[in-house]
Amino acid sequence: MKRAMNVKEVRLFANDIRRETIKCIGHLGVGHIGGALSIVDVLAVLYSGTMNIDPRDPKKDDRDFLVCSKGHAGPAVYATLALKGYFPMEMLLTLNQLGTNLPSHCDMNRTPGIDMTTGSLGQGASTAMGIACGNRLKGYDNYTYLILGDGEINEGQVWEAALFANARKLSHVIAFVDRNRLQLDGPTDDICPLLDIAAKFESFGWYGQSVDGHDVEAIARAINNAKAQDKPSVIVLNTIKGKGYRKIEDQPSNHNATISAAQMEEALADIAAERAAIEAE
Amino acid sequence: MSVKVAAGYHNCGIEPRKAYCNTLIDMAKEDSRVCVLDADLMSASGTKPFMAAFPERTFDCGVQEANMIGVAGGLSSRGFIPFCHTFGTFATRRVCDQVFLAGTYARQNIKIVGSDPGITAALNGGTHMPLEDLGIMTSLAGITVVEPCDSVSVAKVTRLAKETYGTWYMRLVRKTAVQVYEEDTDDFVLGKANLLRDGNDVTIIAMGYMVSESLKAADMLAEEGVSARVLDMWTLKPLDEEAVIAAARETGAIVTAENHNVWNGLGSAVASCLALHCPTPMEMVGVQNEFGEVAKTPALAQRFHLTAEEVVAKAHRVMLRNRNDAADAIH
Repeated sequence: MKRAMNVKEVRLFANDIRRETIKCIGHLGVGHIGGALSIVDVLAVLYSGTMNIDPRDPKKDDRDFLVCSKGHAGPAVYATLALKGYFPMEMLLTLNQLGTNLPSHCDMNRTPGIDMTTGSLGQGASTAMGIACGNRLKGYDNYTYLILGDGEINEGQVWEAALFANARKLSHVIAFVDRNRLQLDGPTDDICPLLDIAAKFESFGWYGQSVDGHDVEAIARAINNAKAQDKPSVIVLNTIKGKGYRKIEDQPSNHNATISAAQMEEALADIAAERAAIEAE
Repeated sequence: MSVKVAAGYHNCGIEPRKAYCNTLIDMAKEDSRVCVLDADLMSASGTKPFMAAFPERTFDCGVQEANMIGVAGGLSSRGFIPFCHTFGTFATRRVCDQVFLAGTYARQNIKIVGSDPGITAALNGGTHMPLEDLGIMTSLAGITVVEPCDSVSVAKVTRLAKETYGTWYMRLVRKTAVQVYEEDTDDFVLGKANLLRDGNDVTIIAMGYMVSESLKAADMLAEEGVSARVLDMWTLKPLDEEAVIAAARETGAIVTAENHNVWNGLGSAVASCLALHCPTPMEMVGVQNEFGEVAKTPALAQRFHLTAEEVVAKAHRVMLRNRNDAADAIH
């Protein structure tokens, strides 16, 4: 990172992202709120100086790249991009409406700042490796970041990509696994247990770390540590699905949920209370 | 534009895969965006000389077709032009969703090459015999689907693929093919079938392995006094509808000939075009909704009726139907 991270600022940024994510989904009344809220803190770290990006030049050739392979978390990424100035905040209210540039799943051809089209789980792992290979061919030393869901790594393609990253020594790939322990049908341990994810990646030749996925300082430290390695890195983010809206936190039903106007107000009150607490520290 | 047709039905001087690799090397020398990906079949696709010439632009992914297509999507998003090869079965059936999301839907520029089309899978047998690859691929919006038939056309179509942005699927016969085109034939135009022989009584619309068989069939028909037009419909998608409609209007009878299931391949595409624009009696030579089997290609050609004789038989039948239709119209 180019400058020391101001932890309070990043936490407030995360709080902003949560608020806008809730408004984005709440305005429509339905969406993948659980898995969007669980990745907010890593997004806050990535977009607070970790990534070499320029919102005024979203296609800057030697920028850092982000592939949100769990494409259904799009609204959290859109909220982040809007807050960074990639597009007007009002656009967030067009989510999933006919003709929108903010579809349910990330689309590189529609949304400024989205680097890869995703939505069929597992595939972002491979496209991220392709981006990293392309960047290397161009002689860049930029980073490709990849966000995977924990349910998503049920997909065999993720492990194909993991083998490939080792074979190609893609040391400028840093992957995150959003370890919220819930997938659509229930707890990951009940559906298809993932066991020790960091150890799995390590056995594939990666550098593995596990951190509290809601601790921005810990995430930033892990990224810096990953950059010091000569191999691809995975950072398992231990998270809470639905983090920030207390009533739905860790509820299996929050994967794709309806949000009434009253629920949105309730959620926004939670976010405002969190903000007040951060500011008071 | 006109193409030059080779005489004599001899095998190509170089293997089609060699023409493919030579073209890739030539293109890579001129254009730093050209990359080659494979899924542990570089020895089969004959692309090892490319790896020797451009190791940094070669990605032998191992036996992981899905990841290969995804990596190609990522490379394309960075401006590269990846040519990805595996056997036609795995390049389509196995990775349909990857071709969709990392390729067509994301508007990428990836070239997927599936080798051993249809009965040329031969001794690898039914598991490896792509008889549905064209149907799977043509179902995707925004894709281009092509099948060159010999070494000359492989080189031309490979170059065209590089020069035309978009996700392509190209069938590639690897080892032997009858030479159909002269080396100095004109370049091919996407969406334009090649008129190999003109005729008035019936049109044979052929692809790939069946192109040379169709030319032989036209010779046999000529001996009976039947004038058969032969089109090489190497550009299945976009289909040359203009040529199909003109053939229907001018010859009144159509036979399609393909090394693929007649469902969702060339026959279906031509039938759909004719039904919409110019309903015309037609017959289809191809695999009749069966699985492939193991044997050498000539034996499989007999087994599945992918022969000049079958094309002639279907031509007779369709011309009879055409005459009957004409007679019905009169009465």
